[in-house]
Amino acid sequence: MDVRAGVLAGDIRSVARGISWVENDDPRAAELIRGIYPSTGRAYIVGLTGSPGVGKSTLVSRMAALMATGKRKVGVLAVDPTSPFSGGAILGDRVRMFDVALSPNVYIRSMGTRGSLGGISRATRMASRVLDAAGFDWVLVETVGAGQSEVDVHDVAYTTVVVMAPGMGDEIQAMKAGIMEIGDVFVVNKADRDGADRTAAQVASIVQLSDEREWHPPVLKVSAELNQGIESIIEAIGQHKSFLEHSGKLAEAKASMARRDVLEILRARLSEDLQHELDQPVLQEKLDEVANRHSDPYTVVDTVFEQYWRKP
Amino acid sequence: MEHKIRVLVAKPGLDGHDRGAKVLARAFMEAGMEVIYTGIRRTPEQIAEVARQEDVDVVALSCLSGAHNTLFPKVVDLLREKGMGDVLVVGGGVIPDEDVPFLKAHGIEEVFGPGTPLATSVEYIRTHVNREA
Repeated sequence: MDVRAGVLAGDIRSVARGISWVENDDPRAAELIRGIYPSTGRAYIVGLTGSPGVGKSTLVSRMAALMATGKRKVGVLAVDPTSPFSGGAILGDRVRMFDVALSPNVYIRSMGTRGSLGGISRATRMASRVLDAAGFDWVLVETVGAGQSEVDVHDVAYTTVVVMAPGMGDEIQAMKAGIMEIGDVFVVNKADRDGADRTAAQVASIVQLSDEREWHPPVLKVSAELNQGIESIIEAIGQHKSFLEHSGKLAEAKASMARRDVLEILRARLSEDLQHELDQPVLQEKLDEVANRHSDPYTVVDTVFEQYWRKP
Repeated sequence: MEHKIRVLVAKPGLDGHDRGAKVLARAFMEAGMEVIYTGIRRTPEQIAEVARQEDVDVVALSCLSGAHNTLFPKVVDLLREKGMGDVLVVGGGVIPDEDVPFLKAHGIEEVFGPGTPLATSVEYIRTHVNREA
């Protein structure tokens, strides 16, 4: 299977395999990304985040169905938590996505977090590049059920949608920092239930606090279950997109995303190198000294940094 | 990083009894595998398409309606059509012993009946999964 050619031709099996390589840190992933990166930068990436149980998966499947009209292709990356104990995961987002599972223009991929704590996995970034190169017009990234600090989705998406549900009043107060700060669009889902107006008003009051921004995030009430108001979300995403385009911020975002692509790979490689460095026999004595309290971590780090890291 | 085994736990057909499938999903997770669960009442077409999109190594089918002789081989055929003949397909549920040879002849590589210890299924998958070269 020529995965690179397959991805560029939009072949689903190749896309799926390419994402597996990225997830497994397979050496072939680097080769693949090299071959497809010039064809990326065209997809519009939207992140969706929010607490567990607010209805993200149902919402994503409704949005994907609407976005995939005409010849538009929608790729979904749905992230679920990996067990820190076994390394396994139950990826159940698909249970709520079956309406669109067989639509030829929608591709859904479930991903485990595999040790990442920011609400997405380390591979999500490169997985969205694979979808981008395969000609997907939209990429929707659904995070794990996120609380306050899982804000990494903001770094991989151009527009971030924060999803809430009624009855979260006090929680919203507590979320003032973190995910309340990354929303470009706020959605109060389950709007058919009691308390939706109150929740929406609370969100709006917090959003207004940071009103010096040029973009004023809308607060929308929808029901994914009843399929009501979904088009208002897509409209708001479209408005945010044209705001970014016209203000030059989209170009900025793309540049900083490319920078992050480099940074993330660099970070992973350095971390691997450092691990390797620590395994060198010459350092074992120094590590023992730290263990015996004859030395301390800072001193050893200084030594490592000077002697091994700043190699000529 | 090591290749993580990805398993699709799927329920084809019309029965809604997914306790067993969920218990197995949990056991696979605890064994360090990534499990994609489809929910109940899926068609063979849906299952094969999900297997393709998710690039799974294993499809574990559970059926308690008695339609396994129709549904399981259909999933295998569709996987082969999609170029996924290397995926390990196993089955479980209330399957009479006399049906097992038929299923095995049609690409279901192992059948786990009621009372199979979880460890047996986990170990079978670990040792029989086809890693890509």
